[in-house]
Amino acid sequence: MDSVPKMVAVLTLVCCAAALALSQVYNVTKQPIENAEKNEQLKAIKAVLPPYDNDPLKEVDKHKYEKVQYEFYVGKKADKTVGRAFKVQSDAGYGGAIVIMLGIAPDGKITGLYILKHSETPGLGAKIVEKGFLGQFVGKSLANSKVSVKKDGGDIDQITGATISPRAVCLAVRQGLVAHKAIYQKEKS
Amino acid sequence: MRALDEFTKGFWESNPLLKLVLGMCPTLAVTTSAENGVAMGLAATFVLVCSNVLISALRKIIPRKVRIPCFIVVIASFVTIVDLVMHAFFIDLYRSLGLFIPLIVVNCIILGRAEAFASRNTVGYSFLDGLGMGLGFTVTLIVLGTIRELIGNGTVFGLAVMGASYQKFLIMILPPGAFITLGLLLGLMNKIEISRK
Repeated sequence: MDSVPKMVAVLTLVCCAAALALSQVYNVTKQPIENAEKNEQLKAIKAVLPPYDNDPLKEVDKHKYEKVQYEFYVGKKADKTVGRAFKVQSDAGYGGAIVIMLGIAPDGKITGLYILKHSETPGLGAKIVEKGFLGQFVGKSLANSKVSVKKDGGDIDQITGATISPRAVCLAVRQGLVAHKAIYQKEKS
Repeated sequence: MRALDEFTKGFWESNPLLKLVLGMCPTLAVTTSAENGVAMGLAATFVLVCSNVLISALRKIIPRKVRIPCFIVVIASFVTIVDLVMHAFFIDLYRSLGLFIPLIVVNCIILGRAEAFASRNTVGYSFLDGLGMGLGFTVTLIVLGTIRELIGNGTVFGLAVMGASYQKFLIMILPPGAFITLGLLLGLMNKIEISRK
């Protein structure tokens, strides 16, 4: 009963049917997936920028600085730039890469932070997502802060029992501030 | 009635997690909260029911020698469908379950039921078997997830239950807590069984 031609035929048919079904589902979910990812981005951008009335996802400024490609989502109110949101990343997290959405105003001051992705320990390093920790960065710039944890001589309160995670966040934010200053410094007042 | 038996066995006598001891890996990893437990359980149940029904419908056509590759293709297709749908419509859950959604393919419960039941029974009974096993799995995940979330984070389904001054037992939402809770549940299950006899 289990002849080789029959085995080949059935396997081929099953795989073809699977491929057909999957391609259909892929087509149907393609747009919703794009929308869901876009909304995730928008949620992060809204959390880090001051109120704006344009669509930052449609006003993207692309720049390369020190071998890193940055995409700045520009937030405007009444056609005036109120802030730019962009992703920064540090691989020095306790559990790996930490990806952050950073918002900086035209004057170089931080308007907000939003942790997009991390693998830090729950209850310890994972506390970097809390408003209490992230709120410390608002208003800081290269001009008025060293943007490093208190243990390293800076002014950011680290998390008890978890210094590596906040340190990685500071590293990423510092890099972002430096890049923003280098690219947009003509606009600084 | 046989139909009722095939459905209810997944909840107690043949509970996939506590009796058959299958599907341990996603259980331990994903029960850090009750909500994650529900999501994983329902995703796995959907795949289990669909694959049981399809494999049962094709059981007379699939040659025995290539049955495992056929089962895997069917199961992997349904898991991919779940993955795409979750990405599109439940992106927060998709992010928190992460890698464990595609890992449903190798969840032993699904291949196990395909081989032990769906390939040897009618579509109707296979549907009930899949539904019962899947829901039994889901209920156990919810119990585990609730215990770990309650003691480890003071919340249940995200709602604060223990109050602001509660000292969280963090270990409960880390891997050691998973093993400890599961082990105790297994022990409790066995104790109840022994005392019934």
